[in-house]
Amino acid sequence: MTTEAGSETEVKEKAEESAAPPDQSEKATEDSQEVANAEGEEKEKEKVKEKEGKEGKGISRYLPTWLKKQKSQSQTSPTKEVPPTEEAVSKVTQEEEEPVPEVNGHADEVEEKEEVKSDQVKEKEAESHSNASADTEPAKEEKLEESAEKTSEDTKKTTEGERAEEEKKEQEGEAEAEGEGGEGQTSIFQSPLRLVRKNKMKLVVCHVTLMDGTDFTCEVEKRAKGQYLFFKVCDHLNLMEKDYFGLTYTDSHEQKCWLDPTKEIKRQIRSNNWQFAFNVKFYPPDPSLLTEDITRYLLCLQLREDVASGRLPCSFVTHALLGSYTLQAEFGDFEPDQPRPLDYIGQLTFAPNQNKEMEEKIFELHKSHRGMTPAQADAQFLENAKKLSMYGVDLHHAKDSEGVDIMLGVCANGLLVYKDRLRINRFAWPKILKISYKRNNFYIKIRPGETEQFESTVGFKLQNHRSAKRLWKVCVENHSFFRLNAPEPPAKARFLTLGSKFRYSGRTQAQSRMASSLIDRPAPNFERTSSKRISRSLDGAPMISITEAGRDTAENGREPHLELHSDSKSPMRVHGDNIYVRHSNLMLEDHDKTQDDVLKHQASISQLKRSFMEAPPPSPPQPNQWEKRLTSSPAPTIRFQQQQVPPVVKTEMVTISDTFAAQKTEIATKEVPIVHTETKTITYEAAQLDGNGDGEPGVLMTAQTITSESLCTTTTTHITKTLKGGLSETRIEKRIVITGDCDIDHDQALAQAIKEAKEQHPDMSVTRVVVHKETELAEEED
Amino acid sequence: MAGLMAGFGHYTHAVVRGIPASLAKEALRSSQAEVNLAKARGEHEAYVEVLRTRLGLEVVELPADESLPDCVFVEDAAVVCGDTALITRPGAESRRREKEAMEAALKDLNLNLVEMTDETATLDGGDVLFTGREFFVGLSKRTNQRGAEILADAFKDYAVSTVPVLEGLHLKSFCSMGGPGLIVIGSSEPAQKTLKVFEKLKDHMLIPVSNLEKVKLDGALTCCSVLINKKANI
Repeated sequence: MTTEAGSETEVKEKAEESAAPPDQSEKATEDSQEVANAEGEEKEKEKVKEKEGKEGKGISRYLPTWLKKQKSQSQTSPTKEVPPTEEAVSKVTQEEEEPVPEVNGHADEVEEKEEVKSDQVKEKEAESHSNASADTEPAKEEKLEESAEKTSEDTKKTTEGERAEEEKKEQEGEAEAEGEGGEGQTSIFQSPLRLVRKNKMKLVVCHVTLMDGTDFTCEVEKRAKGQYLFFKVCDHLNLMEKDYFGLTYTDSHEQKCWLDPTKEIKRQIRSNNWQFAFNVKFYPPDPSLLTEDITRYLLCLQLREDVASGRLPCSFVTHALLGSYTLQAEFGDFEPDQPRPLDYIGQLTFAPNQNKEMEEKIFELHKSHRGMTPAQADAQFLENAKKLSMYGVDLHHAKDSEGVDIMLGVCANGLLVYKDRLRINRFAWPKILKISYKRNNFYIKIRPGETEQFESTVGFKLQNHRSAKRLWKVCVENHSFFRLNAPEPPAKARFLTLGSKFRYSGRTQAQSRMASSLIDRPAPNFERTSSKRISRSLDGAPMISITEAGRDTAENGREPHLELHSDSKSPMRVHGDNIYVRHSNLMLEDHDKTQDDVLKHQASISQLKRSFMEAPPPSPPQPNQWEKRLTSSPAPTIRFQQQQVPPVVKTEMVTISDTFAAQKTEIATKEVPIVHTETKTITYEAAQLDGNGDGEPGVLMTAQTITSESLCTTTTTHITKTLKGGLSETRIEKRIVITGDCDIDHDQALAQAIKEAKEQHPDMSVTRVVVHKETELAEEED
Repeated sequence: MAGLMAGFGHYTHAVVRGIPASLAKEALRSSQAEVNLAKARGEHEAYVEVLRTRLGLEVVELPADESLPDCVFVEDAAVVCGDTALITRPGAESRRREKEAMEAALKDLNLNLVEMTDETATLDGGDVLFTGREFFVGLSKRTNQRGAEILADAFKDYAVSTVPVLEGLHLKSFCSMGGPGLIVIGSSEPAQKTLKVFEKLKDHMLIPVSNLEKVKLDGALTCCSVLINKKANI
């Protein structure tokens, strides 16, 4: 994190000079919003800081203070107390020199802590205080008060961990710095041109309703990103498999929206009341594959709510069965001798239409689960819940192309269309080529069927543009999470792009499972708070010891639909009901395809692989480092060993420019290979070529031979570039010769070859096919 | 998402019904075919024997009713899945009273009964295909959308999709479950048209198989029994 240090030196300079021009700061804030990846974010900040460092005494001193304020906020300087970017009057300059070394030293400490921290993206405010020079005295007092406040606040925080330490230290550092100097000291933190006194680190209180009904309160910096709060909640819950969950809030239109972790909270939730709810975002199709019981427990909590509210419809018997597993998990074995107060079960809602009959059935089933542990009961609950047809389906109201009311459901498998509770259509993800939205319409492009020639597009009408965009986002996220091995890398920032650049920013299920398999901690003990709730209502019944925890009512008055929404508009946007067309290029799905993607990223992968192999292995492999590695690589560096997918062979392409000094490179795979392949790509430079008579200028020929146990495929590629009256025409011709044992399936091999060729060059068409059954190579007719 | 229902394909009981004499002349049919009553009865007896002896099912035999010539085709009278039975409202008016005896029999077997009281709804059991994971309801001359909706309400755990049946009588006239996750479908034109829709909706593979027989009364083997798995009942 040398940038931190860098910014410190910049700080010095800037203190002497003026702050940066505001347009840079705005760009910085913009850039930092656009980038999806946490890591990328930090890189951006680095860039920003570098930019700022290069400024000289700019015109900024003439610019209004509020602009400069923005700029300073975009920094992630760990030392919040330093107002480096604020202008300092020249008279302050000298005095600055003294405390700066202190600050610098402190910064280093903080840097280390920063590095140790894993995925947290902290937007530390370098929101500096600016004070009018005249007001040094009161400013100083305020500051001290502030730090005092902060220290006390800090002590309230329980599971802050490193962060708490950090803050305390910083405040100590602050106090130190302030304590040392006299009046002159405080002038560092003030800018005479500032009229508004700014706080060092303004904290905002967040309320998060957890799934057991309890309320979790914490403070985040005003400009913190969603991810920061989310990680705080996960820490509090002691949850490691975070990828399936998210935070929701209700927007100004009473719609439930997902909090985007990569964007600032304050830019998403527009009200002053920062109230969130912690929910399941992606329902795993097979909960038994989750590594930790606590994850299953939280998933159960969500599903109990879903079932009780009617969001997840099920039959009478299923309601009773799920309810019985809930009882078993929360209360353990059925005790017949204990008084059976039906009122306590009456307080628990298992179904929207709960009645005595159902409660009786629940008890009856509860009896049969004797001996089941809470974890087992949760697992059984999930086994039954996952089979329900509406499990994990996020519903959106819409109209079809004829104006008929329908519901669109997004889930792990694809997009479902419902009319009056009947499923009238289903588009599995592999069938969908593209999803887009335009005004308040939502479109999907479907792959042509086996007998059809053309793709078809299906359109739906949503209530409004916002809903269409929300639906689109949910589709992108679900598709990315469940179908991809790694999220799509963020698009390059382009000037004046219309439409959303939104991409799923988290890890995919494949990545999550990979990380989960590395979780090595013993199963965390967690409290089942809902039982506490119940036991409270029993008079005198000696149950679980109750700790008073502020809790909300058992039934969350939450409305269904965990829907995604983002209000953020980049300044480039055209407002109003205009056309935002953005296509999400969905991958053509099979796992084979993703292997091709790996091939496409060959260079970076082989390089990363080599550097990874060469680097000394970390002594106890910590999950945190793995997570970091996974989130930082743009393309999967390691093939994930999923239980359901057969092992894949790694291949490597070697380009040799020297014709006759071809080296053989063999790749040994560590996993069980299906087939041992050897790929040798030999590229001939035109000048040395002889034979074939292709002596035209600009002809590049490549030959690639792939040998497997039964087949040998040789692909020769001719690339001809001709100039015709100013236009350059490139003609690519591939000759694919497949030879093998007599038992090869010609059709299949041919289809495969054509498929592969088409993937690389979709515009290619087959001009000639020759099948020869003898062992010699086919003679091609011209 | 929709997992295979536990014990799918396994049954403990079968409800069947005798052939009334009125079948020969009065039973509904699409072609003007002549039916040999004695032969039909003989075939039916052999069929029931297979259920009883070869498959080891407990067979509940309901008596034939002369006023209900189609009563042998009990499949159309009820749809049973798990422990719930939906008593249908057949599309053909002449068959409406078939449900009375069926209802009584299913009640005796302690199933949860759901009645179809909506007079705008029609549903023949022969149009309902349960794959173990989801339901497909054929919208035919005998079954309408409303009937499908009521079925969906009765079996909330499962997705219910509608499929058009353009020719022929019922959805199951030309397709059936060949095994878990396997729908077997005929090669006739209406079958192929439905196949296209299936392919869009399906969760599993479809394998076309040629249809060798066409039963004179537009019936197939599934028409003549209602299969119940009592063990799965909770």
